[in-house]
Amino acid sequence: MELTGAETFVRCLIEEGVEYVFGYPGGAVLNLYDALYQQEQIKHILARHEQGAVHAADGYARATGRPGVALVTSGPGATNAVTGIATAHMDSVPLVVFTGQVPTPLIGNDAFQEVDAVGITRPCVKHNFLVKDVANLADTIKKAFYVATTGRPGPVVVDIPKDVTAKRAEFHYPKKVHLRSYNPVTKGHPLQIKRAVELMSSAERPVIYTGGGVISGNAALQLTELTRLLGFPITNTLMGLGGYPGNDPLFLGMLGMHGTYEANLAMHNCDVLIAVGARFDDRVTGNVAKFCPKAQIIHVDVDPSSISKNVKVSVPIVGYCDQVLAEMIHLLRVQEKRTNGEALARWWAQINEWRSIDCLKFDRSASGVIKPQHVLEKLYQLTEGNAFVTSDVGQHQMWAAQFYKFDKPRRWINSGGLGTMGFGLPAAIGAQLAFPNETVVCVTGEGSIQMCIQELSTAKQYSTPIKIINLNNGYLGMVRQWQELFYGNRYSQSYLESLPDFVKLAEAYGHVGMQITKPQDVEGALREALAMKDRLVFMDFLTDKTENVYPMIPSGAGQNEMILV
Amino acid sequence: MRHIISLLLENEAGALSRVAGLFSARGYNIESLTVAPTEDGTLSRLTLVTRGSDDIVEQITKQLNKLIDVVKLMDLSSGPHIEREIMLVKIRATGAARDEVSRLSEIFRGHIVDVTAGSFIVELTGNGKKLDAFLDSLERGSIVEVVRSGVSGMARGEKSLGV
Repeated sequence: MELTGAETFVRCLIEEGVEYVFGYPGGAVLNLYDALYQQEQIKHILARHEQGAVHAADGYARATGRPGVALVTSGPGATNAVTGIATAHMDSVPLVVFTGQVPTPLIGNDAFQEVDAVGITRPCVKHNFLVKDVANLADTIKKAFYVATTGRPGPVVVDIPKDVTAKRAEFHYPKKVHLRSYNPVTKGHPLQIKRAVELMSSAERPVIYTGGGVISGNAALQLTELTRLLGFPITNTLMGLGGYPGNDPLFLGMLGMHGTYEANLAMHNCDVLIAVGARFDDRVTGNVAKFCPKAQIIHVDVDPSSISKNVKVSVPIVGYCDQVLAEMIHLLRVQEKRTNGEALARWWAQINEWRSIDCLKFDRSASGVIKPQHVLEKLYQLTEGNAFVTSDVGQHQMWAAQFYKFDKPRRWINSGGLGTMGFGLPAAIGAQLAFPNETVVCVTGEGSIQMCIQELSTAKQYSTPIKIINLNNGYLGMVRQWQELFYGNRYSQSYLESLPDFVKLAEAYGHVGMQITKPQDVEGALREALAMKDRLVFMDFLTDKTENVYPMIPSGAGQNEMILV
Repeated sequence: MRHIISLLLENEAGALSRVAGLFSARGYNIESLTVAPTEDGTLSRLTLVTRGSDDIVEQITKQLNKLIDVVKLMDLSSGPHIEREIMLVKIRATGAARDEVSRLSEIFRGHIVDVTAGSFIVELTGNGKKLDAFLDSLERGSIVEVVRSGVSGMARGEKSLGV
């Protein structure tokens, strides 16, 4: 059957089982929007800015594990989407982003709303396509979904010129994709896995360090089983939280720049490091020259280029985390002596000593001023760790990571790699649409929330009852913290004057607004907001203006050189 | 260390810019780069010369392999290989210098492919060092123009880069 390009587009999305398209219409995509109008299977979510549309698709993808889909027009539609695409790229999130393009005869002529979308997005996508012939459209869309979701996931852009959406071609959706140049390795090398297990069994001071790969690779179950089987201490990166139950005694908390004392010192002193789906990011390693000086490193990752990129490893294993970990469990189960028990007991004694300093302590007796940590601790208690928590970027993000103990994967949704302010609210919309009956909380600050504040309107249109926790200290807190610690208290442009009245703002968008100023009101306000199951509630917490995030590894320092409270 | 990396690339618009963009984005250097279609019309062969420590070159090959348009890759410098480059040199020469240029060209097994009253164009093939040596042997100031193709290469013996 012959279909237009636009009809083909819709049919392909249906074949892929797409539930939501997050987007914003414009000239170049009018045919696509017309085809969307004439069907009912796919729901379109109209964002208020293309950045918001892509972040929402991203939030949907992170919460569900299914690819997020966004649709934007040419020119400014595409450029506005770039921040969202780059955010997904840094955190390996599967997205397929469709950008409209001017008609093929006009490409390169500086036509109205023309940009070289493929060129602009090239460095921040896993792959991208320009479809010049409607006969290739279905095939290209199939490839886009395949590439986005396999191997190390990532965003794929498909740029479709307007004339391609109008032309007709025979519709055929391929069942399978063959890309001779793309064959991700899925199964780890058996000999390397054996070597890794031997190293683990003989370790005296082991640490398991896992990242976002465990989440995106759906390996949390295997990781939990392996860790418990061994009784090894485990730490997660910012992206890896939820990969292992956050309230488990084997869990040392997050590591890295604002990680716990025990996690960072365990890393620094370990003799065998088992890295899974993590990429030795600079916020984790600190000074690479001082990183894990005594350790032999095992590294499991689906992306070979992540291995030995920043830190040389002894046992590289390329493969899907869930499969490799399952192999390890299998080998360990049949082994008589799994670990070096005596050494491990000594190691735990040492770790518990580090733990006892309670590095996340904060002044609980403070009266008259709300401590941001207190808000998050209460949020954790009241939601029993079951909420989906999205965040923006800055101090609030670190406190959320430290104080909300994520027990399950895909509940913690934040821009860890690119550090995109403005991510939290649209990502929460995506997560809430995916899970309409779950509690979705957006932890943000008065700086970040204003970067995509327009999405409050989207939230109204689609009735997503998100709970926004605005930790409002009147500063770009993380910038202020660095200026205090490293720039002689010169608070250059980090103080936010003329803040809006967030309560009225929320109300103007048709939501519920609350302002909380006293510590004793925190719990009550949270309870009240969480009880409003069908309303978005914007909670503006006026918090301690000078609170800093600790512990902290200053830039360039080693993991053992932490600043404590 | 200097490495010669040879790739088979999908012969598609934009494939070359993915390779070039990778090098600029990650701060790797490219000494030379040459690309042309192969006997299989769907594939291009690209040869690039880069410098870097073993760690960096390992990253370069991994990152290149990660590009969807890269079908196969080989670091030629990891084994015995042939390396060739073609060069055209336009040389200003009058009087006695004309004999000198013609003799030098013979010594280096070059060909004179264009002659005018005041100039020659010499075509020369070989590895980079040979071409450098030819340029060094010419009289200073006599070189009007030089164009080099950049390095192409192949592994010796049974080893081959194919799909």
